[in-house]
Amino acid sequence: MTCSEFLAELDDYIDESVSVALRADLEEHLKGCEHCVITLHTTRKTIEVYRTNELYELPADLRERLHAAILAKCKNC
Amino acid sequence: MPEKLNPKSISTIHNVATEEIHPDVALVARARSGDVQAFEKLVSQYDRQVFRIAQHITQNREDAQDVVQDAFLKAYQKLDQFQGNSKFYTWLVRIAVNEALMRLRKRRTGKMVSIDEDIATEEGSVPRDLAEWRPNPEQQYGQSELAEILRKTINGLPPGFRVVFVLRDVEGLSTEETADTLGLSIPAVKSRLLRARLQLRERLSRYFRKNNGDGAK
Repeated sequence: MTCSEFLAELDDYIDESVSVALRADLEEHLKGCEHCVITLHTTRKTIEVYRTNELYELPADLRERLHAAILAKCKNC
Repeated sequence: MPEKLNPKSISTIHNVATEEIHPDVALVARARSGDVQAFEKLVSQYDRQVFRIAQHITQNREDAQDVVQDAFLKAYQKLDQFQGNSKFYTWLVRIAVNEALMRLRKRRTGKMVSIDEDIATEEGSVPRDLAEWRPNPEQQYGQSELAEILRKTINGLPPGFRVVFVLRDVEGLSTEETADTLGLSIPAVKSRLLRARLQLRERLSRYFRKNNGDGAK
C-alpha cells in the first residue's frame, strides 16, 4: 500500500468504518511509515481539539433574550 | 407535561414497538397542537448547537443570533411538514444551515458563497507538515488563546468544507445526515470531510508541532 492509498482511506479508518481486511492492510502500512502515523495522530487530534473546545458559547443572558423573542414570535404566528 | 408521556407507550400505539421512538417526537406532536411550552423545551435542547453552527457559517455574532431566532420560528411554522422519518434535530439543522447561508450571502453581496459546487483546491490534500504535536495543544496554550487559534484556523476554510467539518466532526451528524442536510451526495461529503480535516491539520501544525518554538504565534 502506498501513502496515497492510505490517505484515501484515512477518514474511514478514523471513523472505524473499514472492513477487517482493509484495516489489517492499513495497519500493516502504518508499521513501516512514520509519516502516515504522524498524519493519522495529528488528524485525530485535529478532530478532538475541535470537539472538546467550545468556540462559540451562548451566554445565559443572551440565551434568555433569544428564548423570549422566539416564543413571543411563535405565539403571534 | 412531557415527563408523563412515555415514549414506549407511544411506540406501541403506533405499532412500532420494536423501534424506540425519539422523545422529540412527543414534544413535536404537542407543539403542533399549539403547546408552546413543548416547543420551548425543543428550543432549550438545541439552541446552543444552532447558535454554534450559525456562528461557524456566518462568522458573525449578530447574524448568528438572527439565525437562531429565524430558524426556530421557521421550524415552528413548518412543524406540520416534519415527517418524523428523520430526527427533529437534523431537520432543524437543515433549516438553520439554509438560514445561515442566506445571511452569509446577503453580507457578501457579489462574492460567491456556495456549498453546492465542489471546491477546486488541493491545499492540504498532501500532508507536508509531518511533526507530532507535543505537548498536546491544551498544554501549549491557555484556553482562550487556543480557542482563538481554532476559530482563526477553521474560519480560513472555504464555507463548503467548513460546514461539512462542523456538522460531521463537531456536531456529530452521520455522513448520511450531513449529506441530507446539505443536499450533497455522500461521496461529496466524504471528499470534503477528508480535505477539511487535512487542511485543518496542516494549518494547526504550524501552531502545535513539536519544537515549534514561538514561530507560529
